[in-house]
Amino acid sequence: MTHPQRAAEFLRDPARAAWHDGALWFIREKRDAASLQVEEWEELRALAAAIKAHTLDGLAGYLEQFERNARALGAAVHWARDAREHNEIVHGLLREAGVTRVVKSKSMLTEECGLNPFLARHGIEVTDTDLGERIVQLRGEPPSHIVLPAIHLKKEEVGELFAERLGTEPGLSDPTRLTEAARHSLRERFLAAQAGITGVNFAVAETGGITVCTNEGNADLGASLPPLHIACMGIEKVIPRVADLGVFLRLLARSATGQAITAYTSHFQGPRPDGALHIVLVDNGRSTIAADRTHARSLACIRCGACMNTCPVYRRTGGYSYAATIPGPIGSILEPLRDPERHGSLPFACSLCGSCRDVCPVKIDLDDQLLALRATVADPRSAKTRAMRGLAWVLSDPVRLERAGALGRSLLRLLPGVVAQGRFNAWARNRDLPDPPPKSFRQLHAERQRTGGAP
Amino acid sequence: MRVGLFVPCYVDQMFPDVAMAALEILERQAGVGVEIEVEAPSGQTCCGQPLYNAGQWEAARPLARRHLRVFEHCDYVVSPSGSCVAMVRHHYDKLLPDELGPQSVARRTYELCEFLTDVLQVERVAGAFPHRVGLHASCHSLRTLRLAPASERRTPPEQDRVARLLRGIDGLQLVEGARADECCGFGGVFAVEEEAVSVAMGRDRVAAHESAGAEILTSVDMSCLAHLDGLIRRDGGPIQVMHVAQILAGRSPGPR
Amino acid sequence: MTSSRDAILAALRRAPGGDVPLPDLVARPAPRGALATRFASALEAAGGRCVRVADSAALEEALAALPAFASAQRRCSLLPGSGGPGFALDEVDDVHSLNDVGFALLPGEFGVAENGAVWVTDAGLRHRAIFHLAEHVGLVVPAGQIVDDLHAAYARVELAARGFGCFIAGPSKTADIEQALVIGAHGPRSLTVFLREG
Repeated sequence: MTHPQRAAEFLRDPARAAWHDGALWFIREKRDAASLQVEEWEELRALAAAIKAHTLDGLAGYLEQFERNARALGAAVHWARDAREHNEIVHGLLREAGVTRVVKSKSMLTEECGLNPFLARHGIEVTDTDLGERIVQLRGEPPSHIVLPAIHLKKEEVGELFAERLGTEPGLSDPTRLTEAARHSLRERFLAAQAGITGVNFAVAETGGITVCTNEGNADLGASLPPLHIACMGIEKVIPRVADLGVFLRLLARSATGQAITAYTSHFQGPRPDGALHIVLVDNGRSTIAADRTHARSLACIRCGACMNTCPVYRRTGGYSYAATIPGPIGSILEPLRDPERHGSLPFACSLCGSCRDVCPVKIDLDDQLLALRATVADPRSAKTRAMRGLAWVLSDPVRLERAGALGRSLLRLLPGVVAQGRFNAWARNRDLPDPPPKSFRQLHAERQRTGGAP
Repeated sequence: MRVGLFVPCYVDQMFPDVAMAALEILERQAGVGVEIEVEAPSGQTCCGQPLYNAGQWEAARPLARRHLRVFEHCDYVVSPSGSCVAMVRHHYDKLLPDELGPQSVARRTYELCEFLTDVLQVERVAGAFPHRVGLHASCHSLRTLRLAPASERRTPPEQDRVARLLRGIDGLQLVEGARADECCGFGGVFAVEEEAVSVAMGRDRVAAHESAGAEILTSVDMSCLAHLDGLIRRDGGPIQVMHVAQILAGRSPGPR
Repeated sequence: MTSSRDAILAALRRAPGGDVPLPDLVARPAPRGALATRFASALEAAGGRCVRVADSAALEEALAALPAFASAQRRCSLLPGSGGPGFALDEVDDVHSLNDVGFALLPGEFGVAENGAVWVTDAGLRHRAIFHLAEHVGLVVPAGQIVDDLHAAYARVELAARGFGCFIAGPSKTADIEQALVIGAHGPRSLTVFLREG
């Protein structure tokens, strides 16, 4: 299925689609209000974009610096070329330590690599501890949004899930009480865990430290209770200096959820005195994107999700319609770059409104990149391409254009039903076609010139 | 100054009065002492946007080069279309990298309202239009050409060039609905390829304008208006669409 | 066989680069003042509570008036002479046994006015997990130690050495169920910051 097909599915329940749309618009409005707190908001975005551009330009050097400093702090650093290697490294570390019970805080990278199913196949139980992630994990679903994993679910559905899986009272749908039930259940998991896996929001080259942001405190519980902490990150997460954290952190939570900052912004400078910290640096196609002049900028993404919240298409079709780890505008760039065959419809799942570009805290030109991707994924042999070439031929000459236009207008006038069933069907399914004018502008203008018309 | 009227291909064939209205507005400026000579070159066809938008860049290139040749002799090129101007001014550099010099006519291409306010320094276009008008901020005019402030940005208040000209018309009352600058869902090939979402988005825009009490829905982009009008007429709504050029040129709404 | 490390670095170095400058983070305009007031509102907006106390005696009174403190079965404090009686945190061997701590009184180095965050570290602290495991947390911050924003905060924090530091801005929370805000998710159910003058 393509995006348009899944999107149409989602819209078959217009009330639900409107509810989903409203939920995400609400977050977009919170982001707007939060951006008003920072007078220099647009300058901050420009600064963040510039820091990322510089860093991506010299990424190899910064990764080496980060590794050196992280090792000096006592952390171990591993490098994974691709998803499979990442999974093998993580599994290897767990196996060596005899771990069978893991807690994991939010990490889109581990989603991308398919870590959970891989570990499950090797007999290791992973409990996702971010509440939204835990909900979708219990449902056997992927997250539908990178920051709000369960945004597509109603509280009654969560209530049903918890009644079945956590033993809560059937019919209970109060979020506070459901969260309380999850708290108790997850506390048991935190206490029993033998290792904690976290993502990384920012890795600072200057110090070798990593920064992890959460509201629930789940990354901290996972990193501070068991003796083994494994932090997984895409290579693009490194930033040069501690001072740069100030720029990104002032933008991140405001862009993501409209908060000034998350409840916990934790800085792990090496392992605990009585523990071990392993950092896994993952490429998985990023170095290829980094070499692409048009698309390297997409690696600046700090995974805030603002582009999804503002996207009129994402809001009305939901994360699952993209059938990709990362949905929405940024996903529609990163995923086709990784797998053009599978995700070829994504760059077209966009009305080119440009709102994503305006909200991106690191000023990625998302809409222009989506357009550029269309040129790359367009299949030169498809019927659509042939039709477009035909159109180009008609449009390349004024006389041909006028003749084709006149023919079209006549057809519309004489056989509107036929036209509506034919090529224009997708347009005319829910929209009336315009009333065809008797003459084109160029005809009217030519006549006007001849009769010495106005002024 | 020599001004070339750039008529979008679909306006030429399906909505000729929009181009005629734009022509009249420009010609009238000569009447108020501006040294302006307006022509609508008959050799023009299409700027290439529909093909570019569909990812058919190879096919779009000859059209773009042709467009530049047809208009090169003009001091300014003016079009009653935000999206076509955005194509020329913002996207031609991407479609034809290193082909456009600093003096290229692409850089002297303006949407009609911004040409009036920014180049001709027109304060007010005279006229009367005693109706409640909903202004649809087309995405290209808003986020590419920056004709008005976008709700996501924190920039010093920019003037809304289109609203300003409309407010100068006697009796015209601008009414604003919820999510004033959300996309209408036309999006070029999107309107057909992602028909379900396109229609859902368009219906939401229409509903917002209806709730705000708009009698007339206007925009600088006829493509957005055709999409919205198609929905209004199919769903049976009261709103009529008119292009900004038609309002500024003094047209009255037709019979409903 | 090339190691993954070398392969990745080589792939990154294939693209020409090295000519995009790193922007200077220029000194920001003068702080906007009313630091404690702004800090308190930001903290409250995040679901935390801010209490100003003149000295240790006032701190004890404020704690006694706090239901979360008064009703806690098991308490600990890292502020000598305050928040007692409780158990000694550094005498606990197994961090997991801290699970039932009802109230932890801990030091904060400074606050950040723009977002209500308090900078805490594991300096002198055996189990950093206490910040997140305790059911209720109180942080004591010197009232004069509030900086304007995160830029000022990062200019101040010590992040070169091995250790743990955290900006704590309120109690733990979530809105993952239909965007309904729930205070007290997996971590502490409440956060009270005591701004101590003396």
